[in-house]
Formats: sequence, structure tokens, C-alpha cells
Amino acid sequence: MNAGLLVILALAIPTAGAALIPLAHRFPNLRETITLVTAVALLFVVMALLGDVLGGGHPAFVLTTVVPGLDLAFAVEPLGMLFGVIASTLWIANSVYSIGYMRGNNEPRQTPFYVCFAIAIASTIGVAFAGNLFTLFLFYEILTISTYPLVAHKGNEEARVKARVYILLLMATSMLLLLPAIVWTWVAAGTIDFAAGGILAGAGLSAGLLTVLYTLYVFGIGKAAVMPVHFWLPAAMVAPTPVSALLHAVAVVKAGVFCVVKVTVYVFGLDLLAETDASDLIAYAAGGTVILASLIALNQDNLKRRLAYSTVSQLSYVVMAAAIATPLAIIGAAFHILAHAVSKITLFFAAGSIYTAARLTEVSQLDGIGRRMPLTMTAFLIGALSIIGLPPLVGVWSKWWIGIGAVDGDQTWAVAVLMISSVLNVAYLLPIVSRGFFLPPPGTAAGDKVRRTEAPLPMALAIGATATLCLVLFLGANTIQTLLAMIVAVPAELAGNLPGGDSHGR
Amino acid sequence: MIGENLPALQVILPLFGAIIAALVRRGDIAWLVTLVTGVATLMVAFALLVKVLAGGPISYEIGDWVPPIGIEYRVDVINAYVLVLVSVIAAVILPYARTSIALEIREERRAWFYTMYLLCLCGLTGITITGDAFNAFVFLEVSSLSTYTMIALGRDRRALIAAYQYLIMGTIGATFYVIGVGLLLVMTGTLNLVDLSTRLVEVESTRTVSAALAFIVVGISLKLALFPLHVWLPNAYAYAPSVATVFLAATATKVAVYLLLRFLFSVFGAHFAFGQLVLTPMLLLLSVAAMFGASIVAAFQNNLKRMLAYSSVAQIGYVTLGIALATATGLTGGIVHLFNHAITKAALFLVLGIVFYCAATVRVEDLAGLGRRLPVTMAGFVVAGLSLIGVPGTAGFISKWYLVAAALEKGWWWLAVLVVASSLIAVIYVGRVVEVLWFRAPTETVAAVRDPPTVMVATAWLMVAATVYFGIDTNLTAGVASLAADSLLQGPQ
Repeated sequence: MNAGLLVILALAIPTAGAALIPLAHRFPNLRETITLVTAVALLFVVMALLGDVLGGGHPAFVLTTVVPGLDLAFAVEPLGMLFGVIASTLWIANSVYSIGYMRGNNEPRQTPFYVCFAIAIASTIGVAFAGNLFTLFLFYEILTISTYPLVAHKGNEEARVKARVYILLLMATSMLLLLPAIVWTWVAAGTIDFAAGGILAGAGLSAGLLTVLYTLYVFGIGKAAVMPVHFWLPAAMVAPTPVSALLHAVAVVKAGVFCVVKVTVYVFGLDLLAETDASDLIAYAAGGTVILASLIALNQDNLKRRLAYSTVSQLSYVVMAAAIATPLAIIGAAFHILAHAVSKITLFFAAGSIYTAARLTEVSQLDGIGRRMPLTMTAFLIGALSIIGLPPLVGVWSKWWIGIGAVDGDQTWAVAVLMISSVLNVAYLLPIVSRGFFLPPPGTAAGDKVRRTEAPLPMALAIGATATLCLVLFLGANTIQTLLAMIVAVPAELAGNLPGGDSHGR
Repeated sequence: MIGENLPALQVILPLFGAIIAALVRRGDIAWLVTLVTGVATLMVAFALLVKVLAGGPISYEIGDWVPPIGIEYRVDVINAYVLVLVSVIAAVILPYARTSIALEIREERRAWFYTMYLLCLCGLTGITITGDAFNAFVFLEVSSLSTYTMIALGRDRRALIAAYQYLIMGTIGATFYVIGVGLLLVMTGTLNLVDLSTRLVEVESTRTVSAALAFIVVGISLKLALFPLHVWLPNAYAYAPSVATVFLAATATKVAVYLLLRFLFSVFGAHFAFGQLVLTPMLLLLSVAAMFGASIVAAFQNNLKRMLAYSSVAQIGYVTLGIALATATGLTGGIVHLFNHAITKAALFLVLGIVFYCAATVRVEDLAGLGRRLPVTMAGFVVAGLSLIGVPGTAGFISKWYLVAAALEKGWWWLAVLVVASSLIAVIYVGRVVEVLWFRAPTETVAAVRDPPTVMVATAWLMVAATVYFGIDTNLTAGVASLAADSLLQGPQ
């Protein structure tokens, strides 16, 4: 099938889902069927595209020209492909989970919920496959707007206030910083199309101006949540847990860091950044965010808030790796988008299951929860270990590559950041597990029998699936690496360092 | 025969329509007359635009009197574009107008409303098409007088005060304009715009010509509601009948902007207005003041019509900002924003007309949860609101893109920052309303509001769809605006 058509389909399927869902407003089972069918159909289309890209294809086309020089254009390259696969795969798991959660908690206004969700996924796909900065910006903003109703879903005063923080911070950063950065790029480089090797090399901007521009981009992409523009993320935790899981652990925040990597590779170009050191400032800021957000996470008693700060910290891994801007660090950055997505969605699924089954939200309430919900807490343990970066879980690969990439770029401080952060990860994640498994539930003695109360079946299925993915992707790293090596031309002498590379494992 | 007389028809059709509407006295028949006239005027405007794009400027001598003695109608890209804008809006909102007017205006006055509506259309197309400075004044008065009447027909008693306030301010503006034109006549002996532009070159160093420019700019600025000459606008928009608000917001100020462009670039010439006089800093300052001041005031309004009215003042700031930049990109941004803002504001005011029809109020605190009660209608408000903010994928973004690019081209990064920062205030005032509409539980009164007539919702959504369409396909908007900007910058021809 024509690859351009596949891209259109990938955008059209969730959009059509969003249009059809309201029609089934009165028939919840039909409505949920529409969500699931669109999710599966989208995955099929994206997988077909993946086959094309792995075969060396780079489907690219211009849908329409908005203003001369300003196209609505799509171009599928390996990085965007990876992001598209992540979003569409996890959408299925999340849809199943959402159905269990929304019904289990008798949430109001479920129809608009599913509609906004579908639009958010469509725009995520748009971000992934955007061929230039304008198209990227377009879908980035649609993503912000379509997720605002999801954050404000509860409709109480708290939800309204936090949703306000959410929309204002994301829109303010994108309008005040990102848009001027894009127009500046357009004026300076004469184009805003993503191109291998970047487009700013010949634009004649000095190293100082490039630093300013890079900083505008990274902080303008508020979804990447580099401190101090991270406030929206904890605020967004007021949303129902499936929203936190998919959007604020996967689609939205990953769209943010994805944009950072994309701008780094296809707008600036690694060579230009290596010459000018324009991204060093951001590397330090991101490194600082990694540590600081982890420290804040340590002090959060609310489980979702703790996970939110953990997300802030983990996102900055990606930004830091992108800003180090060596080929291997970029591979690490891209891999971490994947690794963190599957790990963190597992953790959020667990948090939502605990809320649904036991109505608990605070870490201090979780004594003995592992005995009531062993399956959920086992999945939580797997997700936590993957975040920490222990084999045989997927999280280990990204830290590996980011570390090697940092050494390669003479930025050894970043390795120290990784190590400190890993220790902090252990400190804020594992006590939750040990408390859950080793402390007796409130009101019982150590030896008492505890009744098992797992979350509804759809939720348990989803959480099992993502936890399994953490393991499977550890083993399947080779295929992913093939895809990622296509983003950057990896120097031959370093290829041996790649697990699964020629000198390794054969 | 008709083809040759298109420029005259553009003005005469609505004029005769107005007379017939006044004579029939029955609201429904007057509406029908207005509809026929409106559609015919629109077809003429389209025909003119097509002709101009194909064959260059058209000159038409009224009554076969040769200019500069006779009055010349002159159509080039820019006024053909404005004519299309005005007549599109006038025609498209008519199906909606019937239902809305039936609710808001008593039967014996409805025919008068349609008469004034057509007279106003006649005045606005007249200002736009004429090539004669004094003739423009005449049409300015025609449109203004009919506007005062339309506003005064509003159901709220404050509409009378608003109309009176506008009458006073509008008359001052028109007087200033005519004083300026008088000074030009003294210096050059002509009223024909093309003639003026050639004869002004010899005398442009005189103080009289500078004074003429000042009078004309201030006079027109009153009509286009340039900050701080905007004080008539919020009340006028807030208390006029819903349809009148839609029509005025989308067209009246835009035509005044056109007249300003015509004088600054075609008559005086950019080199004189922006080179020798200090117009750029003045306009820049006032534009930026409008963008921020009026936006901030808008964020504090409880009456939604007033909120959008202040927002209009702010948006006019973007248009004048583009003019002040006086570069191809900036001018394109300003001109395209004329169109984009017109359709955006029309869409928003159309939705508010529906809200008023259903809920009999447009105060934000009375409308909690209305989005859940009337999801389709209010979704239109959200989408048009996004265009007002300038979110990509909507018409508003195109204008903003050009303005930011124009500022950066000049190296004025601070101006680019100001443009994007001010649009952020729009996020606040639109977002505030969206939050109340959708994320508060519906009150009892809101839950009991009646369903909106389909024709009103359809009209509103047509305009809403246009705000999205012209955010993606800009051949008709930015394409023509760019041509117009180029021809304006070439100066007097």
C-alpha cells in the first residue's frame, strides 16, 4: 500500500473514531467498541508503516501549502516512526484500562472523555509524522487543547484551577518561546522543513544566538517539562488515572521530548551543535532537573504526584541526552522515550488500580497493599526496576547508551548524573514496593490472611501487558537499535559498543 | 453591459434595495428584499475581484463624467478584496438575521432595520469602491448614520446611549476627515485620489499637507476604533441587536482600515507618511497599547458581547501594527488580519446571538454549563475562540505568523515578543469563558434554555468552519493580501 496513504490513514482513523464516538453516546458498549476498533486499526496501519521504514523507506509528502514556504507536510523518519509505534501500541493497552477504570469508578461524562482521548492520539500521530516545524507546531497545539478537557474532567474547583495551570503554562511556553523560535528559524534558514543534518548550518547565526535559539526551543516545548516549566505536569495529575498514564506519562510528555530530539537532530544538526556547543547550557539545565525532580519526588506522599515528579526527572534524561548531541546519546534519548513510556505507564496503571480497588492515593496508606493486590504490585515492581535501569528490563538500554554517548562527547558529568539519579530512583520507588509487600495492612497482624481484591479484569489485563512489554523489549532491543541507528550515522569505531551490534552477541 | 457597470451596481444595488425595503414596511418581505440584494451584491463583488485579478485595475466614470471633474470608481486588488469581505459577511448572515431579528426587534421596526442594514452595506461598499475623497466622506456618513440607527434599535435601553455616544464620536471623526480632505483640495485643487497622489508630490513639504494627513489619519482612526479613540465601540457592540453587532464587527472597522491604507499608501505614499513623518512610532505605540490594554480590559468583562468588543479593539491593534511596519510581510499580515479577524469575530458574535436567543443573557456568570446543554453551538465558540487566540490551523494563526515574521525580518525581536505575548492574554479571556461554559455544572436556568434554531446554528458553524478553512488554505486570503500589499507599497500609480 502507498506509504503516504498510510500516514493519512494513521491520522484519519483516530479522527474518525473521535467523530463516531459521540454518535454512540447512548450505547456505552458500542462506544467502547469504537475506541478499541480504532486503536487496533491504528496499530495495524502504523505497523505497516514501520515495515516500510525498516526497509529503508522515507515516505514524505506535502498535503497542502498553507502560505508559500509553509506546508502542511508529513515525513516519516525512524525517530517519528518509533514514537508513532509507542503511542499507538500503548493506546490499545490504555483503552482497555480506561474502560475498566471509567466504569469501575462510575466517572461522569465518559463520551467527551473518549472523544478527547481519540483527538489527542490523532494529534500525537501528527506530531510523530510531521515533516516540518509548522506541522509539528500545529499538532503540538491540538494536543495541548484536546487534553485540557481531560485534565479538567472532574469539573470541581481543584480540577478547574489545575487545568488552568496546565493550559496556561503549555500555551504560554509554546506561544512565547516556541513560535518565535520557529519563525526565527524560518527567517534565518529560509525553510522549516526537517532535514538530515539540520537546516541551520548555513544560516549564519553565531554560537551565542544558536544557544539562545536552542534554549527558546527547549523551554518553548513546555511538554518536555525541563525545570522551571514543569509545573503543569504535577498539576495535570488531577485528571483520571488513564489520562495520567497515557498522556502524562506517554503521549503528551513524550511528544515534548520527542520534539526536542527532533529539533536537535533535524533542525540544528549534531555537527553544528558539536562545533558551537550551543546546547551545553540546556544539557546542564536538564541534568539539574534530573536530580532536583528526583529529590522532590522523594518527598511526595501522594502516589501520582510522586510518579509525576519522577516523570519530570526521567524526561530530562531525554533532553540531556539530546543536548549532549553525540550520535550515541541521541540513540539513548530515543530509546529512553520508549523505555520510559512502557515503564511509567505500568506504574501509573498500578496507581490507578490501587485507587479503583482500594480507594488509596497516598504512599503512606499503602502498607500491605501487595498482599491485597499481588498482581498489581508485582507489575509495579517490574516498572520500578525498569525505571531504575536494571536488567533484564528495557530501562537498562537507554541509560547504557546515554552514558556511552556522554563519554563520547566528553561530558562525563552526565554519567554522574545518571548514577545519582538511579540511586534516587531506588529511594523513591522501591519503598513503595517494600511497604506494600512487607508491612502488614492497617488493622491486621503480620500473620493474618488478607483478602485479595484486584482491580477489574480489563485493568489487570492492561497492566499485565505493559509489564510484560518491559521484559520483551529488553530482549527485542536489537530491532529497535536497527531503527534508531538510522537516525544518526553511527561512527564505525563505536558500533562495537552497541549491544546487538556486530562485535557483540554474535 | 452589466459587466461594464459592475462598479456602479456594487453601490446602487444595496441603495435601491434599501429604498424598497423601506417602502414595503413588512418585516418578512423586507428581509426577502435584503436577501436578494445581499446575494446580488456579493455576486457583483466576486465578479469584480475575478476581473481585477485577471485584468488589473478597473476605472469607472460615474455618469460618464471624466475624472477628475466627475467621480471615478476605481477597483484594484485591495478594494476588490475588501468588497468581497463586506458583501460575503452581509449575505451569509442574512438567513440567521431573520430568526434573530424576529426575536430582538418589534415587528413594526423590522423593515427599518433591514433598510438600515442595506444602507449601511451601500455606505461601506461606497467607501471602498470610490476613487474620490469627498465621495468617500458621503458614503462614510451614509454608513455611519445607518449604523447609529441600527444600534439604537437594540432592545436594551442602553442601546440609545451607545448610539448617541457613537453619533458624537463618529461625527467628530467624519469632521476631522472632511477637514483633512478640504486642506488637500486647497493645496491641489482635486478630490480624485489618483490625481491627488500625483499633485501632492510637489507640495508635500508644506505644513498644510502634513496637517491634512494628521486630520485624515485621526478622523479615520476614530472610525476604525484605534486605541485610544475606541471608546464608542464597546457599548455600541454590546447593546446593538445581535445581527447588527455581527455585521459591524466584521465589516465597519475593516472598511475604515481600508480607507486608511488607501490614504497612507496610495495617496500620500509610504515614503512620505512613514519616511518624513513620525507615523511609524505613533502607530506602533498605539497598536501595542491596543493589543495589551484592550485585551486586559476584555479579560475583566462579564458581558460576553463587551468582552468581544474590547477584543476587537485589541485585534485592530494587530492590523494597524501591520500597517505601521510598512513592509511587504507586515502589510500582508495586517491586511490578511482584516479578513481573518472579520470571520473570526463574526463567528463569535453569531454564537453569542444564539446564546442570547436561547438564554436571553450573555453574562458569563449566567451561562455556567451551557456547553453541556448546547454542545454543538458552544463548540463553535471554542473553535472560533482558538482562531482569536491564533492557534495554528486557524485563520488567526496566519495573521500572527506574518506579523511575527515581519517583526523579525526588521530585527525587531521585541515586537515579535509583544505580538505573541498579547495573544496570550486572549488565551486568558477565551479560556475563562470556556471553563465556565464547559466545566461548571449547568445551573437550573441553563438546563432549561430552549433549543437554538437550526438555521442560526448552521450559519454560525459556516463561519466557524471558515475560520478553520482559511487557516489551512490561504490562497484567497494571504495570497490576495500579499498582492494588495505589493501594489500598495509601489505607492501612487
